[in-house]
Amino acid sequence: MKKIFCVFISFVLIIGLMSGCGGSDSASSGDGNATGKNEEPVAVAFKLGGTGPLTGGAAIYGNAAKNGAQIAVEEINAQGGIQFELKYEDDEHDAEKAVNAYNKLKDWGIQISLGSVTSTPGVATSAETFSDRIFALTPSASATAVIEGKDNVYQMCFADPNQGSASAQYIVDKKLGTKIAVIYKNDDVYSKGIYNTFASKAKELNLEIVSTTTFTEDSQTDFSVQLANAKSNGADLIFLPMYYTPASLILQQAKSIGYAPKYFGVDGMDGILTLENFDTSLAEGVMLLTPFNADSTDERTVSFVKKYKELFNETPNQFAADGYDCVYAYKEALETAGCTPDMSAAEICEKMVEIFPDITFDGLTGEGVTWAATGEVSKSPKGMVIENGAYVGMD
Amino acid sequence: MKIMGKASRSKVITYGFVIAAFVIVQLLKSSGNISSSLQGQLVPICAYVVMAISLNLTVGVLGELSLGHAGFMSVGAFTGVVACISLESIIPFTILRMTVSIIIGAFSAGVAGTLIGIPVLRLEGDYLAIVTLAFGEIIKNITNCLYVGVDKAGLHVNFLTDATSLNLSEGGRVIIDGPMGISGITKLSTFTMGFALIMVTLFIVLNLIDSRSGRAIMALRDNRIAAESVGIHVTKYKLMAFATSAALAGAAGTLYAMNYSTIIASKFGFNTSILILVFVVLGGLGNIRGSIIAATVLTILPEMLRQFNNYRMVIYAIVLILIMLATNDDNLKGFLSNLRNRLLPSNLRKGKKGAENG
Repeated sequence: MKKIFCVFISFVLIIGLMSGCGGSDSASSGDGNATGKNEEPVAVAFKLGGTGPLTGGAAIYGNAAKNGAQIAVEEINAQGGIQFELKYEDDEHDAEKAVNAYNKLKDWGIQISLGSVTSTPGVATSAETFSDRIFALTPSASATAVIEGKDNVYQMCFADPNQGSASAQYIVDKKLGTKIAVIYKNDDVYSKGIYNTFASKAKELNLEIVSTTTFTEDSQTDFSVQLANAKSNGADLIFLPMYYTPASLILQQAKSIGYAPKYFGVDGMDGILTLENFDTSLAEGVMLLTPFNADSTDERTVSFVKKYKELFNETPNQFAADGYDCVYAYKEALETAGCTPDMSAAEICEKMVEIFPDITFDGLTGEGVTWAATGEVSKSPKGMVIENGAYVGMD
Repeated sequence: MKIMGKASRSKVITYGFVIAAFVIVQLLKSSGNISSSLQGQLVPICAYVVMAISLNLTVGVLGELSLGHAGFMSVGAFTGVVACISLESIIPFTILRMTVSIIIGAFSAGVAGTLIGIPVLRLEGDYLAIVTLAFGEIIKNITNCLYVGVDKAGLHVNFLTDATSLNLSEGGRVIIDGPMGISGITKLSTFTMGFALIMVTLFIVLNLIDSRSGRAIMALRDNRIAAESVGIHVTKYKLMAFATSAALAGAAGTLYAMNYSTIIASKFGFNTSILILVFVVLGGLGNIRGSIIAATVLTILPEMLRQFNNYRMVIYAIVLILIMLATNDDNLKGFLSNLRNRLLPSNLRKGKKGAENG
């Protein structure tokens, strides 16, 4: 009996392996077309692909960007005209997996890329898209290394350095604080990138930083030391370049030690009001620079937020909005350039490289968005302050 | 065939197996019959194969459980890449520069292995496993706080501050930027290089196992007290195996890192160490050929399962369990050896039996 069982198992395994092989073989036949010659004549939709963390610790960002892009694709396809086919592959927020995921998309026949959602995988895949000549517009991989030296990789989000210097400038211009404390995440590219430029800009503007403390992935639950340091140095404003989950804990813990400075966050802070089990009264008076505001009354945002809530049962954050904008930016660029889905990835790439620095784009994350030829986006961050549990523009 | 002993015949089979795999893949590549997905995985597969072989030296041959093998990979990766970037102007010829970088990576990982090995190898069993785990984490955290830059004056190294305090002169370049790791690496690793590294690794490991020292190492594994009583120097041989294993992991690290445009320290954490240990255990302790196959199959498997989306890691785990059960089942083993007896002529069978022991 046992013997039969074993034989059975081994057969199952062999069949499993064979079917796996078969899958990759059939995919490989499409590959030659995508990178080299033209697609089959029946191709009607642009194959749009991206990688992002759909599972694991960073999954909320990957899924948000994917969902946002998906809504945009559905809307555009419903309008007729340019059609898209969207495919997201999971990269688990890891460079190696991201390159694997990207190669899988190449087998699928990707024509234009949405790059990667997060920065470290973004650096890895952008190098690949650069050497393969596939155009990439990343929704949210904000590190400068993503676009550095690559003419065909563009960003939809602000680069990290811009946010840092814009924040420092904003604090000085609006006289928000005189003694600044900074708490940042030491092992995170995003957080550290913003801190670095914030610190150098602050020095330039004579903004006094009295306390700089850090935390890491492993220690992001207890901030008593950091807060005590800021308090004892008399900081009246704490700059928080981080995502909203640790920020919510900082707000909570500061309140429990009776410390009430002003808080200033960046776009990662967006989403704090929708965090589950978070007392929104804690966030009262928190200022942040963000390109997207889910409570905005602007017509497009309202309809996007409504659709997103219907489909995914959550309020979209800026990652979703960036993903949505990427697809619309592609639509505009492809229309302007007169690209058709039967063009090869390399042909589309050349057209896009030509056209992207010239287009002006209106999206959820900004009006009159333009790009420099380096791939860096230029849009103005909106200063927001949280009042009565909702964002209010500061200007 | 008759002149060769069992051991050397087994070696020839292993080399032949790797060379055959290389030739087949190269043929597929040149005829364009290989998916980009698989093609992109060739270099990481080579790196993982070297990692598995080198860990097998510690776990299978020396018999000590090491849970920090990725730490040595990390040392090799970071020093190798730093070497490669700083040598850019001195050695313009890429293959030579890559080779030198791999050697530097291997050397520094070997030094790290020796330093760690001296205190650690005094421990045994579970204690040793836990301490190697801790060392792996220490290496990861140190690289997270390390800043290295290069300019005309040479390398600048800084610890715990940030990249701006490296004081680089004009035209200088930050190489390791703390937790952001290294970005902007020029991809130099190729499949051929990976293949060459596997062959070198096999040459070193198989010859070590087959030497006087190797027999001493295995004697320590089988019965430490008996080995000591016949005058085998425990620390010396343990350290020899451990440092060799670390150095090879370092070489694999450089190869791996030079295949991606960015690497970060947290990649080489506990999970990677365990992953490699899984390759070794699945391939069979002390079974070098098994390690090669297990590393290859288990690297490709998650990618093949991509079509199952979010369930793929569950399926991966189930497949792992099934393979473990199947390969350890006596009935199945008996069935396979029966099959072999029937199919192979008797003189070849002898060789196969020798191979099983290697």
